[in-house]
Parts: sequence; C-alpha cells; structure tokens
Amino acid sequence: MTAQQTTSAHGTTVETVELERAVVKHWKAPISYAVLTLVALVLLVVLGRDGSATLRLASGGDFFAIPDAVLPARATGVVVVVLLAALTALSFWAVATVRRLGAWLPIVFGVLFVVGFLTWAGAGSMIPIAGLLFATVGLSVPLIFGAMGGVLSERAGVVNIAIEAQLLGGAFTGAVVASATGSTIVGVVAAMLASVLVSMVLAVFAIRYFVEQVIVGVVLNVLVAGLTNFLYSSLLTDNPALNSPARLPKLPIPVLESIPLLGPALFKQSIIVYAMYIIVPLIAWGLFKTTWGLRLRAIGEHPLAADTVGIKVNRLRFWNVALAGAVAGLGGAYFTLDSNGSFTREMTAGLGYIALAAVIFGQWHPVKATAAALLFGFASALQQTLGAIGSPVPSEFMLMLPYVITLLAVAGFIGQSRAPAASGKPYVKQ
Amino acid sequence: MTLEHPTLALRGITKRFGALTANDHIDLEVRAGEIHCLLGENGAGKSTLMNVLYGLYQADEGEIVLDGEVQRFAGPGDAMRAGIGMVHQHFMLIPVFTVAENVLLGHERALGGLGGAREKVREISQRFGFHIDPDARIEDLPVGVQQRVEIIKALSQDAKVLVFDEPTAVLTPQETDELMAIMQQLRDEGTAIVFITHKLREVRAIADRITVIRLGKVVGEASPDSSSTELASMMVGRPVELTVQKQPPVLTDNRLQVSNLTVLDAIGQKVVNDVSFTVQGGEVLCIAGVQGNGQTELTEAILGLQHRATGSIDLNGNELLGDSVREVLDAGVGFVPEDRKVDGLVGEYSIAENLMLDRYRGEPFVRGGTIDRAARDDFAREKLSAFDIRAQSIETPVGTLSGGNQQKVVLARELGRPLALFVASQPTRGLDVGSIEFVHSQIIATRDAGIPVIVVSTELDEVVGLADRIAVMYRGGIVGIVPADTSRDTLGLMMAGERPAGLRTADPVKGAAA
Repeated sequence: MTAQQTTSAHGTTVETVELERAVVKHWKAPISYAVLTLVALVLLVVLGRDGSATLRLASGGDFFAIPDAVLPARATGVVVVVLLAALTALSFWAVATVRRLGAWLPIVFGVLFVVGFLTWAGAGSMIPIAGLLFATVGLSVPLIFGAMGGVLSERAGVVNIAIEAQLLGGAFTGAVVASATGSTIVGVVAAMLASVLVSMVLAVFAIRYFVEQVIVGVVLNVLVAGLTNFLYSSLLTDNPALNSPARLPKLPIPVLESIPLLGPALFKQSIIVYAMYIIVPLIAWGLFKTTWGLRLRAIGEHPLAADTVGIKVNRLRFWNVALAGAVAGLGGAYFTLDSNGSFTREMTAGLGYIALAAVIFGQWHPVKATAAALLFGFASALQQTLGAIGSPVPSEFMLMLPYVITLLAVAGFIGQSRAPAASGKPYVKQ
Repeated sequence: MTLEHPTLALRGITKRFGALTANDHIDLEVRAGEIHCLLGENGAGKSTLMNVLYGLYQADEGEIVLDGEVQRFAGPGDAMRAGIGMVHQHFMLIPVFTVAENVLLGHERALGGLGGAREKVREISQRFGFHIDPDARIEDLPVGVQQRVEIIKALSQDAKVLVFDEPTAVLTPQETDELMAIMQQLRDEGTAIVFITHKLREVRAIADRITVIRLGKVVGEASPDSSSTELASMMVGRPVELTVQKQPPVLTDNRLQVSNLTVLDAIGQKVVNDVSFTVQGGEVLCIAGVQGNGQTELTEAILGLQHRATGSIDLNGNELLGDSVREVLDAGVGFVPEDRKVDGLVGEYSIAENLMLDRYRGEPFVRGGTIDRAARDDFAREKLSAFDIRAQSIETPVGTLSGGNQQKVVLARELGRPLALFVASQPTRGLDVGSIEFVHSQIIATRDAGIPVIVVSTELDEVVGLADRIAVMYRGGIVGIVPADTSRDTLGLMMAGERPAGLRTADPVKGAAA
C-alpha cells in the first residue's frame, strides 16, 4: 500500500507527483497497422499487377546519376507485405509486453507502404521520384507558412481558423500589387500586409470584443473568398494586366542544387522558399529561447498569471496575431508570385484548413508542424504524379488522398497533442 | 523604517462592483517587520482589497501610500516595481513552464535571462532551505512546492511588502507550519507581511496585529491574544458556536461496503488505488486529505461518474459499480458535489427548477410528460422555509443567490427524497459561518436518521467536528481509518502519507461504538 512505501514524504525534499500506474494497453496502433497490412495484401498481392515499375531517382545536373530502380511489381508487393506484417507483429508484441518502440516504426511502415503502393501503381511505367519530391516541397510551402501563422496565433491564445483567408487575401493582393507596380518584392510585402489586415480583424473581434474566435475565423474565410471572387470578376477579368505579375525567379544555389535526389527539390527555389528555411527555425528558436517566446507562450497558457507579472496580455496578443498574419501572407504570395503566376478564384482551395490540421498534428510546435505540412504536401504530390502517369486508381479517387491522410493523421494523433491552455479564451479584465 | 511612517498604508479604499460595495472605506497599516493578519469570512472583501493593492483592480476611492508616498498602480507591473509582492490563493504559475521560466517571466532583462533566473531560484532556495530544482516543470510539483515557487517569484523582485492570500488552503498541517516558519523568517528580515485568512488557529499562532473585516468594512483591530471565540464573533458579528453539536452515533444495519476500488485516469494513473472501507447507517465517515489525492474521483466513482473503475461498491447488497448515474440515484444515493456552481446547480434555472433537477421522470413532479407546476412549487415553497433559503421567491434564478443559499438548495434537493446513502464533497467550501453551521446540522441530522454518510473535506476542523471515524487519503490510497479523537498532528502526518508508530485504527464496529 501507499502508506508503507512513503516514509518521509513531506518536508523540504522535492519530489514530483507520481501516482502508481496501471498497465493500460493501447491496441489502436497495432490494429491500424494490421488493417493497413491487410489493405496492402489485397492491393499488392491479390490484385497485384504484372510488369515492373521504374523509379527514376536521378535528374539532370546531379553530381552523379543514381541509376533507375526497376522493381517488379508483384515481387515487390510480396516483399513489402511480408515486411509490413513483420512490423505489425512487432507492434503487437510491443504492446503486449508494454514496451515502447519509438517513432521509427510508423515512419518505416509508412515508407514501405508508399514504396509498395508506388510500384503497384507505376507497374509498366516510370515514376520520377525527384519530380515527386520537387512537387512535395512546392505544395508544402503555403501549408508551412500557414501552419507557422497558426502556431504563432494559437500559442498566443487566439484560435486561427482564418489561415485560409490570410492565404487567399495575400495571394490576391500580391498578384495585383506586383502587376501594378511591376515589382515582385513589393508584391510580396503587399501580400503580407493584406494578410496582417485579415489577422487584425480577427484580433480585434477576438481580443477586444470577445467574439467566439472560431466563428470570426470562419466568417473571415467566407468574407475574403467572396471579396476576392467579386474583385476577380469585376476587376481582374477586364484588366488582365492587373493579374499578370512577374514571377519570382528561381535562384539555384551552386553546389547544393547538384545533390542527387534532394538538391533540385530544396535548392532550386525562389526567395520565398529560402525565406521559409530561415523562418521556421527562427520561430522555433524564438518561441523557446527568447523573451518574446516566453511571453507569447505565457499569454496563451495562463493570461492572468502573465498579467500579474506586468505583461500587457491583450496588447501582446494583438501584435502576435498580426505577426502570424505576416507569416501566413508569405504563403499567400507564394501562390501568385511563385507557383502559379496569376490569381484564380479561390485558388487556396482549402489549404488553410489543411495548414490548421498541420498545426494540431504538429502539436503546436513549429518544426513538428512543418513535418506534418510536408506529409500533407507529399500526399498531394503523389496524387498529381500518379494522375500524370495514368495510375489504375481513378484520379477522382486519388484527389481524396491528401485529405484522407490528413484525417487519419489528425484522428490518430489528436489525443496526444495538447493545445495551449488558454487558446480560444478571451482574456477579460475586471 | 520609522514607526511614524508605516511601510504600507491603505487609506479609505472603496471598491464597488455595480450595486455591491466590496470594500467600504477600508484603512489598513502594515509596518516593516510585522505580520498583519487580515481576518474575515469568505466574501468579506479581503481578496478584493488585496487585488486593489496589487493593481489588478482600480479603487473607486482612497489611496495607497508606500513609505510615505502616494502610489498610482495602473496594473500589477506598477505594484511590483513599487515593492509589493503577492502569493496568490490560486497560484499564478504557468503549469507547462519550469520553475526558472516562471520566475523569469515579466522580468527577463532584470534577471539576466534564464541563467540569471536559475541562479536567483537557487539563491533564494538556499536562504530559506528549500530544495527546488529550477528546471522542474510546475505541473510535476506538489502544491506545497508550487507555493514556494510563488514565494520565490515574489522575493526575486525584492518585495518589501508581501501579501499571502489564503495560503494554507491547499497545505497539510505540517506544510502550514513550515509556511509559517518561512513567514516568520521573512518578517525577521524586515519584510512587511499581510496574511489573509479565515482560519483562527493560524491567526493566533502567527499574527503581530489583526484587523477584522466584515461585509467590506473594518470592524476593528484584535489582539493576537484574543480567544478563538472572540475572534470568530468579531468576524461574524454575533456569538458563534465553533464546535459541532452531536450525540454518539446510533448504528443501524444498512450500510455501504466499498472493496478494492481502483479508478484510473485517462493516462492510466491510479487516482484511486485499491480503496476499501465500510460505512454503517448512523455514522459519518469523513475522508480527510489534501486536495487532489483521489477524494474527488472516489466520490465520483460512487455516483457512477468514473468509467474506468474496478472493484466493488455495495450498498445494502446492491452492487453500484457499473450502474449508470440514474440507477445510482434511484438506489437512494444523495450527492453534494464539490463545485456546486458547476456540478450542483444550473445557475440560470429558478430555485424550483433546480429542486426537481434529478426528479424529472414521473411522480411527484411529472405527470403525462408534462411538469406538474403546482406540485413542484409546493415542494419548492416547503423547502425554501425548511432550509431557510433566503431568496425573494422560488422563481429566483439560483445563480443570483449567495454561496450559502446555493448550497442550501443543493442540500434541500439531495435530502428531499428517501436516501440510502449521503455523500457530501466539500460541503462548506466558501460558505459563511452561519451557513456552515446549518450545513453541519443537516449532515448530523441525516446521520441521526440512520443513513450512512460520507463527508469529504480538506478542512481538518470540519473533519474532526463531524466525523465518527476518519479515513485519510494520500495519493489515491487510504493511509488509515482512525477514530474521530485522533490528534491533529497524527492526522497531519497521515495526510502526508505517513503512518505514525502506534496508530490506533478504527475498524467499522469498534470505532463507531467508541
């Protein structure tokens, strides 16, 4: 009993509060693995396809060309299913004997599953892996900027459903201003300002008028979509000159761009993407190592405690939500000034919500949220690539893929992530 | 500091919230090197006054004078800079931050970053003999240690005046003694201390001066030599009976038998750990312990609110574990929840509606799917007078009543139907002395009607006053079940998980007969 174990508990010794634990076995993970292994078995072996998939790993300009990997579809499928089954068994064993396996298992499982799926879908054709990675980075950029905006805002205690509006507003403004001024950099700055404006509306309603933050966010999304649609049809369609910005040039970084497989995807990009490489670590460092970050997290966790040490909670919240908008605005600029080259109706297509999912999946941590955004970006790139090579799966079905992955990821991991305690709760002073 | 210039003087402080005057021209002087107790009932206006002093509220009238200079505090930052520190009743600590981060917050430059904050924590810890790891996370620390972090936070700002707002509410008696030693050390070093409390024992032990406030006004100063009875009557404004009046228990044969009850929380921790006890009809079993040691979960498990519970809860041969809350209520369990505003009442509903909240099915209040308003209102009117609920009418929304009257509504409902077991969790928390007397008399009356009664309380005075036997909980387990006349020191040790040598235990029959 507890009484006999604890002899001298009170007093000045510091001890952390730990209760006895019962062994609770969570079978969710192994069961999920088993289901996925079964899916792989049916798809890759039972419905297996003949022929070989050629995975092209090289691209022009590498230091050295990695030879293409030619994988016979059916044999690869069998090997993959056997390995998946082994991992599933390992997972069951780990849960049964209450061991922790670490994060490598889901990653290895996922990579194997994807390889198996790729060889099956690409049987008889060639899959450009380097191109797939390039597309992954490209599709992830707005998600990552959006997610950073979400992390900053929610860590400061304001739920940011309006990422979609921030991206869309930034994309539109960036296109128009860059076209009108002829300067892409001015366009990028304008995109950030437009996004800050959206953020400030959110901040004013959430912080000053205590309006339910989810509702303000949703309303803003609809409002900005409607506004840009209206301006697009009334202004841009008649004046195409206002919707033809110069695109940000690709600035390949010498040497690095020649790294096989990853070089072109990472180091043959525009200034916005390079800015992202700096901003993400900067936010991570700032949040956890600086005074700004300490105060930002404090007002998102326990605003009253922050107030009692003299921090102006609502003012700080306001400016950090504005900052979140500026970061998300870069993602908006990327749509029109880098990837697309002009504005089209509702071109963000719900990516703001996916960025929000990345925030949650990434446990409100900038680096983890970036990893989550990359996963979602990869799912979209996969869908595009398979559509291009003519996969046996209908392309309409493939379109669901990124969202199914998002749903599974968020549902599977949501219990483990804890939101900032005061996120969504206005701070009202007497 | 000369005596002509008290360190801190509050002059004519008045604070109104709408029609309510929480502080009415309050004067208070605190000198360096003294502990000044501010004694008053819950709701007397003590915390409001201190929040004015700390800059959280702005006074409507009056001034704050520190070392002879009139101060204007626009916010807590100003108060802190002027040298006023506060140990809050609800700790102002960020649970996911470390000790050093909490000390650093708001004073990043002055402390010289995280390294400086760590150093400061170590330095102050050493001065007072605390052993606190600057890198421990707050949420992993016991409340007693968290409070020390609050003290370190205030001291790291070189506070000249330190306010302790009801600091002992979450502590074991031993921790309370240690806190008082810390306060005395601070006083001897020249800090002016304001000690806010409603506990007479503590006031008499430590105060150099005592100011009593009642209903927002200063009623006078009392000498530290005053007796508890004198202090209590000053605080309440009339003579007060401090001990609970009761006869020896008359046991009946209906009873509750809890065996090997274990409750898990969401992450598999045993918040209630293999608990067994028996309560017989006609006795009060008090469950003592510092808040958060499994008492809440234990009472919730009895009511059927905890789903991850194993073991057995047997009420007169009827197994309750696994039953729905509805079935448990139908088995005759009356329950006063810990937080009446959240779990006990619907604030927007009227008194009459709240009184029939758990009897929405069938007779006597519902006929043919509609509410029989006449029956309901008759019942409500009867309870209003029987329980002395002070309200304009039975239609008054419960949320507008005082805490004492709200608790009377809960009691009237829970005791208003035939009971086989009565469970009251923190039944007098936050109530005024008059209401406490009433609640206690109702609990004793229930016991004398032959019903088994469980009372959970963190207030040792209440436990000792009500109990026929006392079960002490610590970290989910029962340390021991002891007779009601066990010494406070022994109970205090048990609340910290120790079992003193030669402990007398009280098994169901013997203990109750004694």
